[in-house]
Parts: sequence; structure tokens; C-alpha cells
Amino acid sequence: MVKGTSEEEKGQNKFEPVIVAYCCNWCSYAGADLAGTSRFEYPTNVRIVRVMCTGRIDPTFVLEALRDGADGVIVAGCHPGDCHYQKGNFMMEKRFAHIKKAVETIGFEPERVKLEWISASEGGKFAALIRETTEQIRQLGPNPFRTIQEPK
Amino acid sequence: MSEKPRIGVFICHCGINIGGVVNVPELTEYAKTLPNVVYAEHNLYTCSEAGLTTIEKAIKEHNLNRVVVASCTPRTHEPLFKAKCRESGLNPYLFEMANIRDQCSWVHMHEPEKATKKAKDLIRMAVAKAALLEPQTEPEVEVKDASLVVGAGIAGITAALSMANQGFKVYLIEKEKELGGLTSKLYKLYPTLADSSEVIDPLIEAVKSHGNIELMTSTDLKDVSGYIGNFTAALTGPDGDKEVNVGTIIVASGASNYTPPKGLYQYGIYDHVVTQRELDEMLKKGKIGEPERIVMIQCVGARKGEIRPFELEAFPKSDTAELLRKILKARKEEGWPYCSRICCMNAIKNAILVKESSPKTDIVVLFGDLRVYKEYEDFYKRARDLEVRFVRHIEEAPPEITRTSEGKLQVMAYDSLSGLEVKFLADWVVLSTPIIPNKDEVLLARMLKVPIGTDGFMMEAHLKLRPVDTNVDGVFIAGTVSGPKDVSESIISGEAAAGRASILMGNRKVKTDAITALADEDLCVGCGLCEEICPYGAPKIENGKSKIREILCRGCGTCAAECPSQAITMRHYKDHQVLAQVKALLMPAGMKEAEVPNG
Repeated sequence: MVKGTSEEEKGQNKFEPVIVAYCCNWCSYAGADLAGTSRFEYPTNVRIVRVMCTGRIDPTFVLEALRDGADGVIVAGCHPGDCHYQKGNFMMEKRFAHIKKAVETIGFEPERVKLEWISASEGGKFAALIRETTEQIRQLGPNPFRTIQEPK
Repeated sequence: MSEKPRIGVFICHCGINIGGVVNVPELTEYAKTLPNVVYAEHNLYTCSEAGLTTIEKAIKEHNLNRVVVASCTPRTHEPLFKAKCRESGLNPYLFEMANIRDQCSWVHMHEPEKATKKAKDLIRMAVAKAALLEPQTEPEVEVKDASLVVGAGIAGITAALSMANQGFKVYLIEKEKELGGLTSKLYKLYPTLADSSEVIDPLIEAVKSHGNIELMTSTDLKDVSGYIGNFTAALTGPDGDKEVNVGTIIVASGASNYTPPKGLYQYGIYDHVVTQRELDEMLKKGKIGEPERIVMIQCVGARKGEIRPFELEAFPKSDTAELLRKILKARKEEGWPYCSRICCMNAIKNAILVKESSPKTDIVVLFGDLRVYKEYEDFYKRARDLEVRFVRHIEEAPPEITRTSEGKLQVMAYDSLSGLEVKFLADWVVLSTPIIPNKDEVLLARMLKVPIGTDGFMMEAHLKLRPVDTNVDGVFIAGTVSGPKDVSESIISGEAAAGRASILMGNRKVKTDAITALADEDLCVGCGLCEEICPYGAPKIENGKSKIREILCRGCGTCAAECPSQAITMRHYKDHQVLAQVKALLMPAGMKEAEVPNG
């Protein structure tokens, strides 16, 4: 297993993880919007990539994000039974088991990837998820593959 | 043929919504440094007429072939900007949005520097995707010239009549035996004090005798499938099950009255503690007589309890009904957090009605806040002139009700001006209670895929811009299903929803999204997995190759992710377009000047 955290970074608690969140347009992206409308604050570490459905999320989307240096990847879709496209999220759920295995095989902590169900009405849950995930990834430390260059 | 992207970036202040947190001028300067960006500017409101005009001007002056708007959520504003692109001669699919309000300034309002940094990332990601976008052509679908109206209260009836009068076939279903909903249960309407029957009865008659309306009472909506223009609704009623095919759906299933839990202000314990609805009933039957004093208490079960998302963490779905029951039970005890907007006028109306039949009766209205808007200010003055007393009490110390040995009710409250205790002996205590969502509203919303707001009512697509649309194309909402409304407001929303639906049905056709799947014959091995997993039956294997019928494709992209030979791509969400955002985020130095195919 690749160890990615230096004690120094942990100790100073200055590490700000970058988390990529793939959100489906209909539920979780809308949930994130509702967190905004409701002014539920959460850490600034997440960057959302919108797709129409979690069913669209190819395993490579998750793996490439990690390879490119994301410290964590969230996949968020509609609750089971609530998919705008009936069963895209079920397909994602099945796929996610394989993704998790692949992530582990490569040598990442499996906790760096997450699959969550967030409905359009769960702004609070979205904010809580980002708070919780940011803290967890902060504990794990930076992605060992990380080559990120801070933008000017 | 290929062309170099020439991207214009428009960054919105959204008044102070974005500009008050993130540094918009800094973002604009930053955007100008990004690859492929040839123009950037910031606007007070990019969605305003002035903002849209600047987009059009910039497209022409700077020969832009891609547009990025960094503002609010694409879920509400993308159509507006896309339409402007189209108008300006740019294919609307060469447009991308960065959400720097809902997902940035609104949630990081105390971290302006970090929020600005995040906004830069989001803009960079959008620019990277925009550079790779391709023009698309939207397929057209036929719209069936028939509509399903769910609920025959005043809003549903109004909508049904409006569409039927325009020549459209309307299926009007009502779960109760009788038509008229909440309106037909009322006695008089404010502020005219007309009998509600004068308003609703002629409408009910008109609906019953209209040749274009097929009315089905005691009928429930069991399931809905299909999409805009072509829905199939499964109904179940006294004559068994039935399916109807419609182009549009209007949900006007109404709302309920809050019943206080037993013991709240002694309701259910003392006979003479009643709700306004019950007083209404007594007035209608002439049973109120000439009491010495009536005390009304406002906001009973309204503007109480915590505002929180109406969260149904239903997993698995079979538990939803049970969970919903629990939420509603908790709300009954705790109260509902919103202002029900009609209760003040309703109390004033009943006070006036009592005063008119029994001038000697003293009426005291205990309120925390009195909200009488538009012409209702006069209505309030009329009550004051009739010597109805309005006493503002301290809401944090709710009135207490006891019974005296003579059998009268004693109401004790704290006057907010003097801070002193005030006591009233009353014959009746009348509780003003809110309109609340129907107990099955969430289930109906889920069936239709319409979201529920924090107040438990169905949510409009946009509170200001699309007040009767829902997030589901072709499904509209009217009346109290989306929140408390009085009769005239319900009629307005019924007419509005009918108007919106009629536009679709009148045009006969609607353009649907071009975000559909495309199979590459050369790569396809004809395994048939796409055919197997698609819920819409869009892919079909013909001569050993997958063909995707785009009109059936809804654009989820599951087949694109599942296809083992990577033969299927999703228009507008191709792998490299999605991943360009991730790469731009994580490896900004690697962003390049792009060359893209020119459709």
C-alpha cells in the first residue's frame, strides 16, 4: 500500500484535500443546489462534475480522477427507486463494487471513493456529506499520486 | 473540418449573491488567462436583458464559437442562456455553465478567499469542457393533444376547463366522490364574503357537461410512465383499471387542513375550543348564536418548529410510507415552519361574519404577526371598524387556556406592548391553523419524479421564473399542491398551468434534448448488453449492430458506461468532455489550446 501522508502535513493540519464529486443532474446536483438555496455551509474542498445520471459514470471517471491527483472521489446519485432514468443508479451501484476493488488493488485507501444517494430535497444531507468526507480525507492525507499544481 | 475554440466567459455578480462573496473582477481577469478564452467580462446580472444582450454582442464582435456563463445553477438558467446562444446564431450545445452561486458563494459565504479560489477552478473546468463541446441537433417529439389533470378542486377544474375550451381532450380525475376540493367545504370567501358555492358550483357544472372533459371521480393515479408529449397514466377507479395516453399532466391534487393534536390549546379536550374550519361549519349552519366573546388564536401549528429539509432517507423504498407517516406525525406535534398566508384573512373574515350576525359579540384576535397584504388591508380595517380587537401577544409564551367553574374558557396571554398578562373569558376559542401537504403528496411526487420542498409541498421548477412548471418536462402544478393559496390564487395557478400545457399541445411538437446516446457501428460487436439494460428500449440490435433510436433515448448514458467495446458515446457527455473538467481541475498546467471537430 502506498502511504501518502507525511506526518508534517498531518501535524500542521493545513492539508486541504481536493475532492471530485460526480453528481447526477436530477437528484444529487439538485441536492447540492438546495444546500446553496438553504445556505447550508460546507468546506470549499469539493468540485462537482455534473453528469445526467450516475449510470453514465464509467469506472475510468473515478480511476482517472485518482490518477490525476484527486484526494477523494464522491459519486452521488438518486436514492434507489428514485432514479430519473429508473435504474441508472442501480447500474452504478453494481459497478461501484468493482471500482472499489480496483481502487484498493492499485493501492489507494478504499475510503477515498464513496457512493452516496442524495435526493433533490436533501440539501442538508449533501452539506453533511461534504463536511464528513473532507474530514475523512484530511485524516487520510494527500493522494499519493498527487501532482497537483496550485492555480495562480 | 475543425476549428479553434474561441470561448467567451461571462461572470455574473447575481447582485450581491455572488459578488458579495467571491471577487468577480478577479475571476474575470483570471478567465482571460485560460487557454482558448478570447473574451471575458462580468455582469451585474448576466440573466437580465442587459446581460443577455452583452452575450449576443460579444458573440458577434469577438466571433465567439463557445460561451461559458459562470453564475447560478444550470438547472434553472441553462435554457435561458442556451436560447440566447441560439438566437445569436450559435448552436446552443456550444454552451457551458459554471455554478459559482448555489455551489460556491451561497455555501462558502464566510470564506471569501477560498470561495474565489474554488470559483476559479469551476470556471477553468467549464472552459476546458466548453473547448471540447460539439454542436448538436435536437430531435422533435410529437405532443399528444390530451392532458391529465389530477385533482378536481378549484385549481384542477379551472385548468381542465381552460384546456378543454381550447379544444384539447382532458382527463380529469378526482380521488373523492365529489368535486370541488377544499373550496366546496368553505362557507364564505374573503374578501367579497360571497358564498363559496357561488364560485365553485357553476365551475363543477361546466366541467360535468363539457364535451372535451372525461371526468372520473373516486379515481386514483396508480402509475405514470413515458415522457413529455407522450405519457401513459394508469388509473384505478370504480370501473376498474384504465390507461390513458396524454401529452401533458397537471397536478392539482390540493392540500389538507392541519388538525391540532389533542391538548394543544385544550383542543379535543374542551368542546368550545375549535378550529376556524369548524367555526366556518357552525357559521354555515347558523349555529354560532350570540356568544359574549370569542377569542381567536393565530398561527396554531404554523410558523412553528424547525425549518429543515423534508428528508425522506427512504432506503429501501418500501419504507417510504412508514417514514412519511412518522414525519407527518412529528410535524403534527411540532407544527409546520412556514406561514400559511391565508389564515389571517380567514380569521378576519370569520370575525366579520360573526360581528355581522351578532354585533354584541366581543372578538379578540391574538396574533404574533398579522399579515394582510394587498387589498386585505382594507378588509382588516373593516374588522377594526366593527370593533374586532387585535391583540399582539408574546409568541414565545403561548396563550394558556383553562376552564372556569362557570364553564367559560379563560385565555391568558402576555401582551407584547406592555409585557403584562392579559386574561379573557370566552365562550369559544378558535384556532387558526395552516394548510398542510396531503399525506400522500410525497408518494405522488415520487411517482411523477417531482421534487418536494422543505415545507413538504411539491416544488416548482423555479419560484420566480417557472412558478407552475416542475422539473419534469410536461408536468405542471396548480393550486395548493405547491403551497398554501387562497381561492383566487388557486384559480390563477390553474389558468397558468393550463396555459403552459396548452403551449406544448398547441404546437403539437416539442424539441427534446439532444443529449442522447450514439453507437459506433465500427466498434460495436453486437453483444446486445445495451438493449438489455436500457429502460426505454432505445438500443436495438439490427444486423448484428446496435442502433440507438434517439427519440426513445432519455440520455442517462448508462449504455455508454456499460458498453464493453466502448462503441457507445453520449452526446454532450463524451468521456473526454467529462474528464477534461477533472484534468483541468487537477492538472491546470496541462490545459491546451484545443482543436475540435466542427460538427
